[in-house]
Order: sequence, then structure tokens, then C-alpha cells
Amino acid sequence: MIALLIRDLRLALRAGGGFGLSLAFFLIVVVLVPFGVGPEMALLSKIAPGILWVGALLACLLSLDRIFALDFEDGSLDLLATAPLPLEGVVMIKAVAHWITTGLPLVIAAPFLGVLLGLPTQGYVWIVVSLALGTPALSVIGTFGGALTVGIKRGGLLLSLLVLPLYVPTLIFGAELARRGVLGMDTTTPILMLGGITCAVGALLPFASAAVLKINLR
Amino acid sequence: MSLWQYANPVKFLNLSGKVLPTLSVLTVICLVTGMYWGYFLTPDDYKQGSTVKIIYIHVPSALIAINAWFMMLVAALIWLIRRHHVSALAAKAASHVGVVMTLIALITGAFWGQPMWGTWWAWDPRLTSFLILFLFYLGYIALWSAIEDPDTAADLTSVLCIVGSVFAVLSRYAVNFWNQGLHQGATLSLDKEENISDVFYFPLLFCIAGFVLLFLVLTLVGTRAEIRNRRARALVAREKG
Repeated sequence: MIALLIRDLRLALRAGGGFGLSLAFFLIVVVLVPFGVGPEMALLSKIAPGILWVGALLACLLSLDRIFALDFEDGSLDLLATAPLPLEGVVMIKAVAHWITTGLPLVIAAPFLGVLLGLPTQGYVWIVVSLALGTPALSVIGTFGGALTVGIKRGGLLLSLLVLPLYVPTLIFGAELARRGVLGMDTTTPILMLGGITCAVGALLPFASAAVLKINLR
Repeated sequence: MSLWQYANPVKFLNLSGKVLPTLSVLTVICLVTGMYWGYFLTPDDYKQGSTVKIIYIHVPSALIAINAWFMMLVAALIWLIRRHHVSALAAKAASHVGVVMTLIALITGAFWGQPMWGTWWAWDPRLTSFLILFLFYLGYIALWSAIEDPDTAADLTSVLCIVGSVFAVLSRYAVNFWNQGLHQGATLSLDKEENISDVFYFPLLFCIAGFVLLFLVLTLVGTRAEIRNRRARALVAREKG
């Protein structure tokens, strides 16, 4: 499992486009919003948690189709499916690799982009906490979407259509957590809900993704 | 004799062919009675005026929109467990009816909301969860049409339907978390004191019955069409092969 993780990380690093592309996309989305809604700092700081969350979600979405597509094309996915490692484990590793290459950089970059949006100082911690709790769920749900569309040529658009509705609960609780944290309100409920979603999704969804992959590899 | 014998497409076609004319006539009777009664024979509401009559389309279509998804979920489970093709095709047919019903509920709701709440749309929990349901329908239908192999498509959409159901319920409670919203609570419950007035209730029952029948008819017709479509494709493949 660890060998697979290292392989995936290495591929993402050396093939390019893994770390950098999503981060750059995140940066651009966040920079574009002030152009769209105007440069008033009061307004921006109010909507900053939401912008950062939506931006992170879109950046996450961008790299989903490469989770399985490349391995599917060159046949290594077939090898992985017949390997002694259960396919559920493979799926989980893929999700973890995706999170390390996409989610983690976003979590680290978010506070710096928060500066651009005039995020209040007490909000930095909460943005990091909410994204760190929520982005793993995004990666796991995304692997499910990637597994669904792996056999489809040019499935990128379909993938977004399938995955975005599934992101709704995570986004709601994640953004709510960040918003409440910024305003200094009680954060217990959203933090528990968000953590619960991430844990439940991580525990259950790999089985669905593996089932779907098996169907697609038939 | 069991229900499962109708998993055989021939038997299903025979039975549904026999039932369809009766069902269609019943649908027309119920819808015409309900609509005529509702639109011409009931008084205006003292607060809402004549806009209250949107209820005769809004409530039944919303009801069908949700229950069509439930039916798809059951059909998906039957397909995954027992591999009856008719079941998968029925789910596909129901999704097309369901998405239209969801759209009708959203649009009639907007027409109702404009004079009553002063807005076409509000990010109210019920409205939002219906919009999310609409997106789920779109994704489901898009996945059906994107995959060429029918069995793979049936498998994948079934898994999507099951996973989607969980997330749909989760979204429903997640948006509840925001606020209580503008939409009124349930007034058709059987066990509550304060309910909709009988004047509106009885025609509404006819309309609901009519919409349920309409859903059955359309789903049966859609399923029959899918079965025939697949047969035709099999024949073409045999001719070529």
C-alpha cells in the first residue's frame, strides 16, 4: 500500500500538473472574485470563507479525472485490480494521494489567499481547520466520481455534474464552520458534522468506488 | 405465482399492455376531475387569493418528484441483487418522469412564491434541497446516456442512485441547518390537528391520485419503449453479425 502511495505521489510530482496546477487554479479563482464583486474590503472579508471554500472545491474537482484515467489507459489499473491488495485499499490510497497532492497544498495556501480577501485574523485558524477536515471528504467523494467515469472518453464534464451535487453537504458544513469561526461564534456543531461526514465518507465510499471500478474493468 | 415472474420482459410487456389502457383512462378521469373541481369549483383562499390553486399542480408534482427517486432506489437495488433487466429499465424510465416533475415543482413553486413571498426564489431549505434533487436527476440521466454498454450503464447508475440517495438525504438535513425558511410546513398529514381546509383537500386528493397514475402510466410506457428499443438493437446486431 505504501509502495503504491509513494508511486502515485512520485508520478504526480514528476509528471507535473499535480501540485502546481490546482494551486494556481485556486489562486486564480480567489483573485478573480474581487474583480467580479468589486474591491470593497468589507464585503470581501465577509464572503472570504465562502470564496475560499468554493475555490478549494473547484480546484479539487480539476484534478479528479486524472486519478484513475491515466492508470486505466496504460493498463496499470488492471494490474492493481488483480493484485493481492483489495481494490478498496487501492481506492483509498488513490484518495489519500489525491489529497496530499491537491487538498493539503490548498489547506496550506488558504490563509495566504485569505490575506488577499481581507479575512479577519481570527479566521485564519478556522479556514485551515475547516479545509483540513473537509478536503479529505472531497478527495474521497471525487475518487468515487473518477471511478464512475473512468471508462468514458472525455468524461470530465460528466464527472463534474456527478460529483458537484455530492459535494453539497461537505461544502455547507465546511463553509459554515469557517464562517462561524471567523465571526467568533460557537463552532461545535459544524465541526462535528464536518468531521462526521469525512469519517463516514472515508469509511464507506471506498467500497462503492471499488464496486464501480470492478464494473468498469469488466 | 410471484411478483418476480414479471421480471420476464415478455410477461411484463403482456401485463403492462393489458393494464395500460385502464390506467390511462383512470389517469385522465382523476386529473380532469381534480383540475376542474380545483380550478372552477373551489373558492379563493382568504389570504392567498386565487394563487392557492397552484397547489393542485405543485404538491402532486413535488410528491412524485421525491417518490420517483425512491422508486429508482428500489429498482436499483433489485437490479443489483437479482439482475432483472426490466427493473433497471424501469428506473431509467422513472428518472425521466422524475426530472420533469422536479422541474414542474420548482417552476410552479416560483410562480407561487412571487406573489406570496415577493420573490421567485429563496435559499430556503425545501427549495434548495429540491434544486439539489434536480441536479442529482440530471447527473443520473447524463450517466445513463454517456455509457454505451447497457449492462454497465445499469450497474453504474444503480450505484450512483444508492450513493446519491444517501447524499440527498444528507443535503436535506444540511440545508435545514441554515434556517427555517419561508416554505410552510406539512399540512396534508393524516394525524395533525391543523391541516388544509377540506374545500381544497378533496380536489387535491384527486389531483394527487391523477399524478400518481400519470407517473405509473408514463413509467410503464417508458419501460416498454426501452425494452423494445433493446430488442430492436439486438435484432440489428444479429443481422449484422
